[in-house]
Amino acid sequence: MSEPLLRIRNLRASVDGQEVLKGIDLAVAAGEVAAIMGPNGSGKSTLSNVLAGRDGYEVTDGEVRYDGRDLLDMEPEERAAAGVFMAFQYPVEIPGVVNATFTRTALNAQRQARGESPIDAIDFLKRARETLGRLEMDEAFLRRDVNAGFSGGEKKRNEIFQMAMLEPRLAILDETDSGLDIDALRIVAMGVNAMRDGRRALVVITHYQRLLEYVVPDSVHVLADGRIARSGDRELALELERAGYAAFQPA
Amino acid sequence: MSPLRETVETVERASGEYRYGFVTEIDEDRAPTGLNEEIVRFISAKKDEPDWLLEWRLKAFRMWLGLEDREPRWANVHFPKIDFQDACYYAAPKQEGDGPASLDEVDPELLRTYEKLGIPLREQEVLAGVAGAGNVAVDAVFDSVSVATTFQDKLAEMGVIFCPISEAVRDHPELVRKYLGSVVPQGDNFYAALNSAVFSDGSFVYVPKGVHCPMELSTYFRINARGTGQFERTLIIADEGSRVSYLEGCTAPQRDENQLHAAVVELVALKDAEIKYSTVQNWYPGDADGKGGIYNFVTKRGACRGADSKISWTQVETGSAITWKYPSVLLQGDRSIGEFYSVAISNLRQQADTGTKMIHLGRDTRSTIISKGISAGRGQQTYRGLVRVQPKADGARNFTQCDSLLIGDTCGGHTVPYIDVRHPGAEVAHEATTSRISDAQLFYCRQRGLDPEEAVSLIVNGFCREVLQQLPMEFAVEAQKLLGISLEGAVG
Repeated sequence: MSEPLLRIRNLRASVDGQEVLKGIDLAVAAGEVAAIMGPNGSGKSTLSNVLAGRDGYEVTDGEVRYDGRDLLDMEPEERAAAGVFMAFQYPVEIPGVVNATFTRTALNAQRQARGESPIDAIDFLKRARETLGRLEMDEAFLRRDVNAGFSGGEKKRNEIFQMAMLEPRLAILDETDSGLDIDALRIVAMGVNAMRDGRRALVVITHYQRLLEYVVPDSVHVLADGRIARSGDRELALELERAGYAAFQPA
Repeated sequence: MSPLRETVETVERASGEYRYGFVTEIDEDRAPTGLNEEIVRFISAKKDEPDWLLEWRLKAFRMWLGLEDREPRWANVHFPKIDFQDACYYAAPKQEGDGPASLDEVDPELLRTYEKLGIPLREQEVLAGVAGAGNVAVDAVFDSVSVATTFQDKLAEMGVIFCPISEAVRDHPELVRKYLGSVVPQGDNFYAALNSAVFSDGSFVYVPKGVHCPMELSTYFRINARGTGQFERTLIIADEGSRVSYLEGCTAPQRDENQLHAAVVELVALKDAEIKYSTVQNWYPGDADGKGGIYNFVTKRGACRGADSKISWTQVETGSAITWKYPSVLLQGDRSIGEFYSVAISNLRQQADTGTKMIHLGRDTRSTIISKGISAGRGQQTYRGLVRVQPKADGARNFTQCDSLLIGDTCGGHTVPYIDVRHPGAEVAHEATTSRISDAQLFYCRQRGLDPEEAVSLIVNGFCREVLQQLPMEFAVEAQKLLGISLEGAVG
């Protein structure tokens, strides 16, 4: 069996001196959709932030290999250029910078880092329009400031739009489904499913089973108290839906 | 020239330092150090000026003496006392006989300097469509004198006068005499009095009745000589129903000493006339320890003299060690409009105290102030603005928005608005915000693939967009790049 795209071994990490991840082991193969579920405070967001390289998270032990490289040794922008994308739980507003500029700047920064030629404004616009059409989003999106004045659902859809434009190899969705109405959920799921082409890997972090009705995972992992407490297939998610996380809560 | 320039710029940008810090080796003609009546006479004689102007200068000099030790002290800027007797008040590239009659007679070393700076002096190239040259008429001022003005003939066909002010004194004395000092009087303030006594060169623009000036007019100021100040004087008159857009750019060599730049700019808009004045100021800011850099003490004021006239100031201030500058508008004509759009950056140890004054005198006058201050490093940034509504200004309205952006925790941003309303019906609105580039914004950008400097540049450009949009297209692009360069090293 070939090496998985993402392999996490005994990952321990602290926030403000408090250990949150207490030895995570997880492998996600190219083409796989892995769901990570867990109660609040179990370390789900810490895991995604550590993988994306956010400051303020101190890795104390373990390793993360991505595509044969030491992920933890890379700057956030290097990870991005190498194909790691995180859809934020709370997307950030950047007033005065329109979506089109932001997304094209990001795309070209990544392309430049990979030694590819930049995409010009016309080609970019063409691709952006196609993508928006597919995601049932209005073209006016491109002219609006990044996330400024967006509703919660619009912000999440913008994350999906950016993901579609940047074409990552590993996408981490940090509670992308929280706060979405059913239409937005469906569109988000459509965007995520469009990424499933056998070569990319997706890590879907969620509290609820709901999104998984639309994005059917290949594997489901329960994160509890900083460790993977159980792994299984889709059935595990359904079981959690019925029984809740009580069995995984610290006594 | 263009690909070469691009290479030079790329290399300089990569080095992350002030790009315009080089010195041009050229013979200079200098006044003796110090300031007294003899120096004023020396400058006037160098320019072969008429008696009335010499008298005007001497009057200003005496006023300045009266103001001695009366430098403005209210600004939030701190620097050692300037010894005005320890500076040189006139320096010019040496030339034989009369001034250059055409660009071919300009010292090639000077032309190379302007080429290096990206200033299209060679109108032949512009006409030949050389890429990047742009359709802009340029007046280039090197230290104390104007070295070349382009497109004069083409402008003259439409009756537009665009020339060095020294030339205007000779060729259009009636206009100069009528308007010089009519907006900024000689004794207006300490630095204006100094400028009035020793001003050397600058641009003169007159746009006749009903003419819309067909191209951007631009003056490029370069301080080269050591130990000199630059005291330029610019006068722009837009006659009834005319329009003009004017841009100034500035750079200086990188030196350890501080150099003084004390300019006066006067704008006069008559009935129905419109003047748009844009500045991209990139004087050498000094180093990270605050050594060197330009002291930029400037008086800029426009008078909307006629009804329905409009004056709009746009400034992008990225350079100088110290900036003291308040481009203002006197709204005299009924329904006249004053605008002030400003982006000012203080990085390293730069200090900027800048803003505007909008004085409402006529009826139904309107003013808009949009100020974006950015502080990084150990920079200190102050917005200082006055909105005054006089008793006869029925229906006056003002809107002011002052936003400050802080990068890091060793800089400062300050807002000092003065509102002086003497009419019960005036509408004056003031909004102010202070924000930081948050770690969350930076991380969001980095997660998408931008390195920290690209991220800051993008966020800052977004913050300034409302102002940058006011700039003529080709300069807006330059200004955007400049903002990024000015903030290099601002994040760790």
